[in-house]
Amino acid sequence: MRAQHGEDLSPSFHPVRWIFRENPVFRLLLGLCPALGATSTAMNGFAMGAATAFVLLCTNATFSLVKRLVPRTVGIAVFLVIAAAYVSIADMTLKTFAPSIHRALGIFIPLIVVNCLILVGGGAPASACSGGGAPGAFSPSFADAFGMGLGFLLSLVLIGAVRQIGSAYLPVFGMPPGAFLTLGLLLAAAGRSRNGKNEPSGKR
Amino acid sequence: MFSVFLSAIFVNNLLLRQFLGVCPGTMLCGGVRKAIASGGVIFCIMMCNSTASWLFDRYVLLPLNAEHLQILFSVLILLTTTWSVEVLAAKLLPSVYAGEHFRLSYGTHCAVLGVALLNLRKGYGFAEMLVHSSGAAIGFSLALLLLAGIMERLRFAPGSERLKGMPQALVAAAVLSAVFHFVVL
Repeated sequence: MRAQHGEDLSPSFHPVRWIFRENPVFRLLLGLCPALGATSTAMNGFAMGAATAFVLLCTNATFSLVKRLVPRTVGIAVFLVIAAAYVSIADMTLKTFAPSIHRALGIFIPLIVVNCLILVGGGAPASACSGGGAPGAFSPSFADAFGMGLGFLLSLVLIGAVRQIGSAYLPVFGMPPGAFLTLGLLLAAAGRSRNGKNEPSGKR
Repeated sequence: MFSVFLSAIFVNNLLLRQFLGVCPGTMLCGGVRKAIASGGVIFCIMMCNSTASWLFDRYVLLPLNAEHLQILFSVLILLTTTWSVEVLAAKLLPSVYAGEHFRLSYGTHCAVLGVALLNLRKGYGFAEMLVHSSGAAIGFSLALLLLAGIMERLRFAPGSERLKGMPQALVAAAVLSAVFHFVVL
């Protein structure tokens, strides 16, 4: 999106930008499924965020190595296969060393592959990114991926902490409606998001 | 069998209870008409993808003892089935579907892959798998339709500018999710 509008094209590294001004969850609306489903406690949020950041960084590095060799038409497929390999690594690691967290996160670990965040931050070919809430074509550097991963991790911990503290007083915060409510109110508190305002995101 | 079907629609509703497919692209899909069209397409994609993944898992991965490749192959099957169904839909229903297919697909990949993996993880047989996937797809389309209806009305409601769009959709989803929860109780 930024590349299209011709603003902010400088390659300078600014991780703080991805944490506040362009937070993946609160501003770019990327990766909302795990932000809702894997944040019943702050610890779960942390594990989910760490797994996603790991996959994001590794996919970004690997795909940028092979990008030149891959024909455009199969770019997305190659990208997803690379991401799936790293997700399998994360899945097996968690299953071995943290089985209780692996059980709590459940289906959301394999679903890291199709997280929009991975596509955008990992630098997937542009046509894959036009769906969901992803901001069009833009090719992220490793530093961008690092910032995005960190921003995502911190947002999940924040949501998890709010839900965990809330559920001590009101059990509904630990349940699905509480997840939607928490994220909705936090999004409203975070202010205007970059997309998904009044009209469907396709009309940007 | 019937309880698997009903629980896939209501108790374990994909969008509202399992948070699969929550993306601005699906949550703000823009109108009831479009929600019905995409619901139909999502139903076809989910059925094809679940069947294909189940068959592949049962007859290729299990005999080869290669279950650790499950995630990788599910993704490849997902890409193949989604793209074929969407190309077909774009051909058959050009009026509703023109120019939509990539936008729709990304928000829903999550849900489609989720159903296929849930089938495998719960160890369903073939018939149960079909029933569970169709229930999940119907539940997803139902939630999408309800949400689209609510969002269509909310567009004209007075309210803070900050709540417009995604926050509003999420709060609406919270209410719907609570309703689904109490309906089944």
